[in-house]
Amino acid sequence: MIEMKLISKRFGKINPMSIDDFLALDGYKILKKALKKDKLDLLDEIQQSKLRGRGGAGFPVAVKLMALAKESKQPKYIICNADEGEPGNFKDRYLMENDPHEIIEGMCIAAYMTSANKGIIYIRGEYNKAIKIMKNAIVQAKEKGYLGENILNFDFDFDIEVRSGAGSYVCGEEFSLIESLEGKPGRTRVKPPFPTSKGLFNQPTLINNIETFATLPAIIEMSGKAYAKIGTPSSTGTKLLSLSGNVKNRGVYEVPFGIPMRKIIEELGGGTESGKKIRMVQLGGACGPIIPEYMLDMVIDFERFEEFESKTGAGALIVIEEGHDFFEILKKISEFFTHESCGKCTPCREGNYHLLKIIEKFINYEAKEKDMYVLENLAHVLHHTSLCGLGQSAPTAIISALHYFRGTFQKRIEASLSQEDAYAKN
Amino acid sequence: MSLAEVLNRFPKQKEYLIEILLEYQRQKSTHSFTESELKEVAKYLNIPESRVCSVVAFYSFFSTQPKGHYVIQVCHDLPCHLNDHFDLLASLTTLLEINIGETTKDGLFTLEHTSCLGHCDKSPAIRVNEKIYGNLNLDKLKAIIAECKENGHD
Repeated sequence: MIEMKLISKRFGKINPMSIDDFLALDGYKILKKALKKDKLDLLDEIQQSKLRGRGGAGFPVAVKLMALAKESKQPKYIICNADEGEPGNFKDRYLMENDPHEIIEGMCIAAYMTSANKGIIYIRGEYNKAIKIMKNAIVQAKEKGYLGENILNFDFDFDIEVRSGAGSYVCGEEFSLIESLEGKPGRTRVKPPFPTSKGLFNQPTLINNIETFATLPAIIEMSGKAYAKIGTPSSTGTKLLSLSGNVKNRGVYEVPFGIPMRKIIEELGGGTESGKKIRMVQLGGACGPIIPEYMLDMVIDFERFEEFESKTGAGALIVIEEGHDFFEILKKISEFFTHESCGKCTPCREGNYHLLKIIEKFINYEAKEKDMYVLENLAHVLHHTSLCGLGQSAPTAIISALHYFRGTFQKRIEASLSQEDAYAKN
Repeated sequence: MSLAEVLNRFPKQKEYLIEILLEYQRQKSTHSFTESELKEVAKYLNIPESRVCSVVAFYSFFSTQPKGHYVIQVCHDLPCHLNDHFDLLASLTTLLEINIGETTKDGLFTLEHTSCLGHCDKSPAIRVNEKIYGNLNLDKLKAIIAECKENGHD
């Protein structure tokens, strides 16, 4: 078995609408344990666990928690980022639809450690079912005294509100999300200052992915040291993976870091449904690199993924079998970013549009050698000069494609030229 | 519920603008706002109309163009594309006799693109008003449309 269920241990075993089911399986026990402990000891546990953020960027969680804990300005906000919009990712939805109270428990622990009293879960608007489940879970938790004033009779108040997105991918970026919560268009801010010092309404704010919060109870339960032994030295613990594309068993799986992708695709995914060979895999979602089949023995690990200069920690694997037009795939990815760019900075707003135009030339057999170089240059400009993570990671797929599948580009250019010759002769 | 009733359920704080718009648009059969409605929202929150318009224009959920009773959103992204074995979009345009972005003459259906719906495990997927349908094939698609037609404007 390569699966290891730490945060998905209750998936399918409880009714997500019932707090009693959750309580019957040790729910909120770890919160009780945490509230008896000193805040600094808890922070130390998280530091020892070496937990890194699960939303994609992989920032050390303890650093953010400590930064917020040090702030004396009140109110402080704890924001749970459940604005999962990256194509190929659906693990946050699984978390909310299967174990909503685990998320609340994790947020409570984070709030206690950092002396924050106000929590918000920002869920993408498309997830109606998850919104309903989370709202219900919060009401139930309040009734039983796990949220509200003097939680479990300790001197600790914490409340959570559910807020909905309205169809914007960029709002998963931390400052865009904060802008959206303030009732504005989701256009990012210039950093620094970072949210932990000036976030929502310019107050200290901790913003983490939903999976990160859901992991905190498991760490407190087993101790940070024990958690750090799971996975690899640079990427400790387990990760929820969203497996999609041309694979038999699409779905969410929890595995420890350090497992080769091929094993995940074959053993958990069951290979391709059609029996065709795998041509390539896109890692992380639309913002991640496309790698060829021969690289699938690479293990899932933050450090390995960082070699692609991309933020691919969100844990999606999109399997692509042979037979699909290579450039149609790039077009899908490019269209996504052209549509979702917020328009605040020029490289992203204009750049994505032009990347798409060049890819269309390849699709239409109109591409020349020059187009390939323009594509490459422009992709790097976007990566280096965009204001936020969206623009910086938008060209990752193209950059990796040019690296691993350069021959495919060159073949298309040759085919375009011979078509042109044929027209000229007629 | 009238707009005034929706407004009264929210505090007069501008950070609730998106929540108010979502709540009100959800119950409108046109899935869109009129100019006077946006003015009323701006007045209630004591913010400029331009602020309301900028939010409506930014988020793809909001519209000022009236839509059909059933808004069918077709996922446009890679995982759905990879599992689309019957040309979902072409099937829809044939069945409904409209192109993407259009509304049927009887005002029953609007067809539009959407970014990833987060149901890649059930790709290809569409969203009809607030409901997601996944693992689609031509027969399922026909059944969904037949069901909508049967329910009509209810």
